[in-house]
Amino acid sequence: MPMPAETDTTSPKYLRDKYAIVGVGETTYTRGSGITTRALGTWAVRNAIEDSGLKASDVDGMLSYQSGDSTFSTFIAGDLGLRLNFYMDVFGGGSSTEALVGMAMGLMEAGMCKAVVIFRAMNGFSQVRIGGTGARAVAPVSGDALHMRAYGWQSAGQMFAPSFMRHMHDYGTRPEQVAAVKATHSEHASNNPKAFYKKRFTVDEVLASRMICKPLHLLDCCVETDNATAVVVTSADRAKDCRHPRALIRGVVGRCSKPRTDMHYQTGPISTVAGHYAKDILWPNSGVGPEDIDVTGSYDAFTFTTVLQLEDYGFCKKGEGGDHVSNGTIRLGGKRPNNTSGGHLCEGYTHGMNMVIENVRQLRHDADDSCPIGPDGKRQHTYDYREGGCRQVKKCELTANLGWANPGTGSAMVMRRD
Amino acid sequence: MGIQATYLGMPLQLDDLDVENLAFFKHCAAHNFHLQKCAKCGLLRYPPTTACPWCMSPKSQWVPVDARGAVHSYTEVHHAIQPAFKSHTPYLILIVDLDTQKGKPTEHEALRVVGNLALPDGTLAPPEMVRRVGIGTRVRMVFSGVAPGLALPQWTIDEGVLHPPMPWRYPQD
Repeated sequence: MPMPAETDTTSPKYLRDKYAIVGVGETTYTRGSGITTRALGTWAVRNAIEDSGLKASDVDGMLSYQSGDSTFSTFIAGDLGLRLNFYMDVFGGGSSTEALVGMAMGLMEAGMCKAVVIFRAMNGFSQVRIGGTGARAVAPVSGDALHMRAYGWQSAGQMFAPSFMRHMHDYGTRPEQVAAVKATHSEHASNNPKAFYKKRFTVDEVLASRMICKPLHLLDCCVETDNATAVVVTSADRAKDCRHPRALIRGVVGRCSKPRTDMHYQTGPISTVAGHYAKDILWPNSGVGPEDIDVTGSYDAFTFTTVLQLEDYGFCKKGEGGDHVSNGTIRLGGKRPNNTSGGHLCEGYTHGMNMVIENVRQLRHDADDSCPIGPDGKRQHTYDYREGGCRQVKKCELTANLGWANPGTGSAMVMRRD
Repeated sequence: MGIQATYLGMPLQLDDLDVENLAFFKHCAAHNFHLQKCAKCGLLRYPPTTACPWCMSPKSQWVPVDARGAVHSYTEVHHAIQPAFKSHTPYLILIVDLDTQKGKPTEHEALRVVGNLALPDGTLAPPEMVRRVGIGTRVRMVFSGVAPGLALPQWTIDEGVLHPPMPWRYPQD
């Protein structure tokens, strides 16, 4: 495709389009997988490699992320017979996917390996609950945690809420605007056969659901699920021999942070998030701007995280995120749909990787919706976005993923269709 | 020496290597709020750290700080995650801008000190008090005693001073 005019020709761009995501895979999104994270991860990595068309012997790098709740690369590689030239399992959750894609590019650029598979495997409902209930809620409060958990300030929702509340205070953001994110993502999920929650919700239903911690109602919070996801990254040259059209990586920014990411409330404004800094790396590196993007994957651990990121990455003016997410822009059929799979609010929780997988499929023009499969074996997309229908975005050429760890840290990636 | 104690049924621990936190909470136990003042740039910091987050200097001294301010943001928790807080909902987690050093080093910063809304005796505030507080409410520090050498700083409404006519509260209220 012809690319839009470069927005900044002086920026680092020598890796633009040199690497691609060639394989994506996942397990079912479920509650009660009944198997270990090792088994989940094995399935997802296998599915991603199969999807790429590469052989096991072609994949010689492995990366994963976790928070003491998962298995390790060595086990997955051993179980699938992969001989690795590089592996690393890093600590962390949200924002890791894009960051590790960037690391994979660096590894290959350094000649350390030739194809890297990245996975996240978790029993986020049946083992280590992502909402922080269960064993984590009763663990002793120790050291620095005395400034947080001793005040009942522990879960992600509780930790992020002061940023959200201050945004409402500073900019007049309304609860019904924020709730529109859930309503929109639930519409998308209703066209995603693999989504854990396929039911459509209205804004009123979100606002009527019980309050968890202000401003977050139950339906402002993402789902906790058991699942594993994986993506395969390799060079653009090598990707030509793979099974699907290449999802070329235009630019990446990884775990970009506000000052004092451990206690970001100490530096302000607290209603600004890491995307404010990350955008100055993402757009110049990618050579495009937010206006050029067709589909976004703005992390939705909560409805509000989607709002703040779209705003700070420049998809709308600062402070206008509430209007932006509730005026139809982010819906299928709108100008720039967000989280067309239903995201973390509806499809399943994977700390960000399922939104990257979704955008790869969007760029392939192969979203796995309920549209009929034609005689050529390809899905015949109808672009009818009514419930149970299509979720492929017409002429999707450029996507942006906006990963979120917390208000203080984020990662992002722009991909384009070959 | 480290501390092991119980607060609201929660085990709290401070390791004997954690010298900054031990010093911080020891002052709190004496109901005397102290923060580290950087010997190089002169800025106070919260929470306690080994080096100055504004200038990297490792040298500092503990100084008494006037612990009054206004609520910068908050959340009101209705569904507690930790069992210790289940019987205390709704409770407020406040992020308070101290008057001391507000607007430094830039206009966007302040010493933002976390605490629950509490009664003057340090016990968690009842629902009718929770409903009065929002962004802008003037508060003063009180303490929840836990053990010798350990009290948690908390916030209570500063009843004796002028408040904004209407603190900002969540719009659905």
